[in-house]
Amino acid sequence: MAKEMIYADAIAAAIVEEMQRDPNVVFYGQNMALTERDPMLQKFGKERVRVAPISETAEIGIGVGAALTGLRPIVELWMSEFMLVAFDQVINEAPRLRYMSGGQVSVPMVLKAGYGFCAGWAGQHSNCIYHTMMGIPGLKVVVPSTPADAKGLMTAAIRDDNPVVYLHPYMLTLDKGEVPDGEYVVPIGLADIKRTGSDVTIVAIGWMVKKALAAAERLAAQNISAEVIDPRALAPLDVATIVNSVKKTGKVVLVDQAPRQSSAAAVIAGEIAEHAVGSVSALRMVTALDAPIPYSEPLENYVVPNEDKIVEAVRSVMAQEAVAA
Amino acid sequence: MPHKIAQRSAPRKQQVRRDQLAWMYTQMVRIREFEESVKRTFIEHPGVIRGHSHLGDGAEASIVGALSTRHPTDFVMPSYRCHGYPIVLGTPLCNMMAEVFGRKDGLCHGFGGSMHLADPARYFPGTSGMVGQSIAHATGAALTAQVKNSGQIVYCFFGDGASKQGAFFESLNMAAVWKLPIVYVLENNQYQAYTHFRLEDANAAAGDRLSKKADAFSMPGATVDGTDPVAVRTVIAKAAKRARAGQGPSLVETKFYRLSAHGNLITVPPLPTQFPEHEAVAVYGNRKEFEQWKAKDPVKGFRARLLKDGALSEAAARRIESAAHAEVEEAVEFALASPLPAPEEALEYVYA
Repeated sequence: MAKEMIYADAIAAAIVEEMQRDPNVVFYGQNMALTERDPMLQKFGKERVRVAPISETAEIGIGVGAALTGLRPIVELWMSEFMLVAFDQVINEAPRLRYMSGGQVSVPMVLKAGYGFCAGWAGQHSNCIYHTMMGIPGLKVVVPSTPADAKGLMTAAIRDDNPVVYLHPYMLTLDKGEVPDGEYVVPIGLADIKRTGSDVTIVAIGWMVKKALAAAERLAAQNISAEVIDPRALAPLDVATIVNSVKKTGKVVLVDQAPRQSSAAAVIAGEIAEHAVGSVSALRMVTALDAPIPYSEPLENYVVPNEDKIVEAVRSVMAQEAVAA
Repeated sequence: MPHKIAQRSAPRKQQVRRDQLAWMYTQMVRIREFEESVKRTFIEHPGVIRGHSHLGDGAEASIVGALSTRHPTDFVMPSYRCHGYPIVLGTPLCNMMAEVFGRKDGLCHGFGGSMHLADPARYFPGTSGMVGQSIAHATGAALTAQVKNSGQIVYCFFGDGASKQGAFFESLNMAAVWKLPIVYVLENNQYQAYTHFRLEDANAAAGDRLSKKADAFSMPGATVDGTDPVAVRTVIAKAAKRARAGQGPSLVETKFYRLSAHGNLITVPPLPTQFPEHEAVAVYGNRKEFEQWKAKDPVKGFRARLLKDGALSEAAARRIESAAHAEVEEAVEFALASPLPAPEEALEYVYA
């Protein structure tokens, strides 16, 4: 059975269920749990649910130390860019300590943050910075695109014995979708085929999955059958699912909200080049333009990928001749 | 001064039992022997130690005095200058030395080296090589103790340089707000790498003690002679008692002098490396300062005092010293005999 849930509520449900299940899970961040009326505080008490000062280095670093010594902290960071003032802890502490100890310790923690808020937040609050974290061995990065994945990946992230950066697209916060009842876990590192198709493979990340699915619907009306794959985790990346689809369709469009240079799309393109080079006749990357996110709406729309750009890219790869069998 | 936990006046040394004094001297000697052995390795076995090693000679009284107040399950979270602490916790020196030598039998199987020792079974969960960042980790361990209501406290050690990092300020603020059970031990060894602390610390530049920083967080702050293990013990005991009672963190500055240079010379292989002269001499040309502090060597000073007070006989002191020497010699032999790790082991431990 399943019920319809709002994306944000699905995340919250996973956190509540895991906190009920495991007394070692703690949850803290800025501007949360401020009064005794707070439902999480009421449920779990002030030891396990806390408001933190605006101190990302200490918030994340304390999470690292708490994880090293037996807790499973979830740090609410609100916006992914807020991690940048504490990037040593994210990149050079949390994922390194286990390795440097020769496997003696582990750092089970979740860094929860929204990203890509394309609603007029301008240059410092709207970006996609996951490419800076997906090449860090020891660190996992998940980007759920549906309420079901939001719940299942949060549950998996909390239970994972490694540091997990949990990035939710702000633009999907109020989206609704079916979420399976009860315990629901989405394994980290498993891509999902969101729509099956035979003519072209579209790999899309986060908010872009929604846009790719809408594009695929329009393309279907033009007799183009698009398969839409959501990696769901950028680290570890499920290369096999992507490559299998690409070998079937022979055409690829990669959609990433981040700027093209050094994007997740570029990394996926590299994997396709190595593992499916003989099967692919055309590949296009639909990414943000190589600019910061501007404030004014027409400027912002111009920089960020959209449904039209995806449809156009698919039509252009379809115009390429197929690789001879 | 409502938040003072101790004055700088001489503590009453008769509070410490004879066997405890002998234990303290033993640990101090073991640390010194280990560090001198690491230093000699650069000359006696060139190339065996890679990268950067940082020694705790000069810090023995601070380390041992502080840890003499520790209960068996309290966490110990030092910086990358980390050899001394596990020695006191009982970590086998042979596995420590093997780690410094990058061997398979190292504490961390050769994955960490000198800067990243870890012995979580003895409540030492590891270190960070990034100055000051481990202050946040230690604060997190205190959060664990508080949430689990385990009765544990955390001993967090870091240097004067680290107290200029944002992690220091952010962590102490949060620990004070959350009343976390932690003792912050600011080991002022007077040099941040090559920079004298008066050149970079606002309190020092103004002629104040570094523990004045505690005032900013409304927590107790004290400065103590870090060459005197009994004085350190007395001050840290009050801070530890406060942490155990749920009254929150304290900041204690233990002031002493690093007796070796910051670390071995940074050279590009295959050029050999070894410990250079202390910065006081090599950088500032101030041999007088170095000699004055060398005369205040905490190990020699404590030995003389124990003998003078009749707490330890000359024969007993020599037994302690020769046992420590033999223990470290054995550790070196063990480490040299231990195999290097197999290359393909490099992919283990990336993920849990």
